[in-house]
Amino acid sequence: MAGPAYIADPPDAVRAVELDGLTALFHRPSGMTHILAAPAPQILAALAAKAGDAEAILARIGERFEIEAEDPAAAIAARLAELEAAGLVRRA
Amino acid sequence: MKHRLDLRIGPVSFRIGSDWRSPLDALRRLYETYPEPDPVADFTVRLEAERVWRRWLRPSVAIRGDYVLPDAAPMALAHGLLAAEMGMNLQMALGQKRFLLLHAATVEKDGRALLMTGESGAGKSTLAALLGERGWRLMGDEFALLDLADGRLHPFPRAISLKNRAIALFDGVAPDRLGPLLADTPKGTIRHLRPGAEAIARMDEPAPPALILFPRYDPGFARAIRPVGAAEVFVRLTQASTNYVALGERGFAALAGLVAAIPARAIDYADTDMAAALVEELWDQ
Repeated sequence: MAGPAYIADPPDAVRAVELDGLTALFHRPSGMTHILAAPAPQILAALAAKAGDAEAILARIGERFEIEAEDPAAAIAARLAELEAAGLVRRA
Repeated sequence: MKHRLDLRIGPVSFRIGSDWRSPLDALRRLYETYPEPDPVADFTVRLEAERVWRRWLRPSVAIRGDYVLPDAAPMALAHGLLAAEMGMNLQMALGQKRFLLLHAATVEKDGRALLMTGESGAGKSTLAALLGERGWRLMGDEFALLDLADGRLHPFPRAISLKNRAIALFDGVAPDRLGPLLADTPKGTIRHLRPGAEAIARMDEPAPPALILFPRYDPGFARAIRPVGAAEVFVRLTQASTNYVALGERGFAALAGLVAAIPARAIDYADTDMAAALVEELWDQ
């Protein structure tokens, strides 16, 4: 098990701009702006209208994106908790 | 109201009403070379007696208008000109919806604009005024108006409010460009400076931005130039905007477009000549 499953809003709910390796993201449902560092934008994209837990996310983004952590699933779980607090993902 | 004055500054028209004649007389003198105002005002500012009898007895000016800060302290009538200027600032800060409003100074050269923003006291207003006397076109010392559609900056060349030690730097300008010396205001001693003739003549002429500077002033600073990452520029400009949140996605798009396209630097300086030299050096790069 890799913790609870989450889901994010569909891709058209956000507008994202790359700024020097960070991502400025406008979240349309809340009208809030967020500045995200990798792998948060990749996690959001992996969860857009498609629920998954940390292991599932790792499987979805692992091919294209390398998570630099001893325990990648745990690192993703930690980012998920932050994204939940920011209102960008919710429990599925 | 008893007295009235209409003003147009760049793309924004104001109607200023007052219970007293003196603040409007001072304002009229300061803006006498500005073009004819539009018949319809974007914003209304009212300088009102706090209580009816306070129109005569220890007169005290309350700043009112389309948008009001409930806890704004009334000001002495002697500072009525400052109250009018603050009233115009307030209407812009709270009510402007056509542009992304950045608390920043803007100057233009060679058809391109330099945007300077920073904490209060960073000296951006003084620096912009100084550059305006040294071959740059002053577009505004207080608010930069970012066009939501095409990303250009629109001039808003209000009278510059010179504060405390900055006042002496402009002793050499034509006396008719200076307002009265206002002592003991909430911001210290203030004197307004009318921008140069070119700034007023070209106040309908926007310019695309070319450089963003974050100046920092301290008499003890050594001269320094630092790059600023785009994400930091973005965050600092959202903080420098009075209407970023209100504009929603349009504000995000305009600001992201600006930040992605325009280089930014932070500069430290110890006096205005050093700052002006730094600006010229960065502009030439």
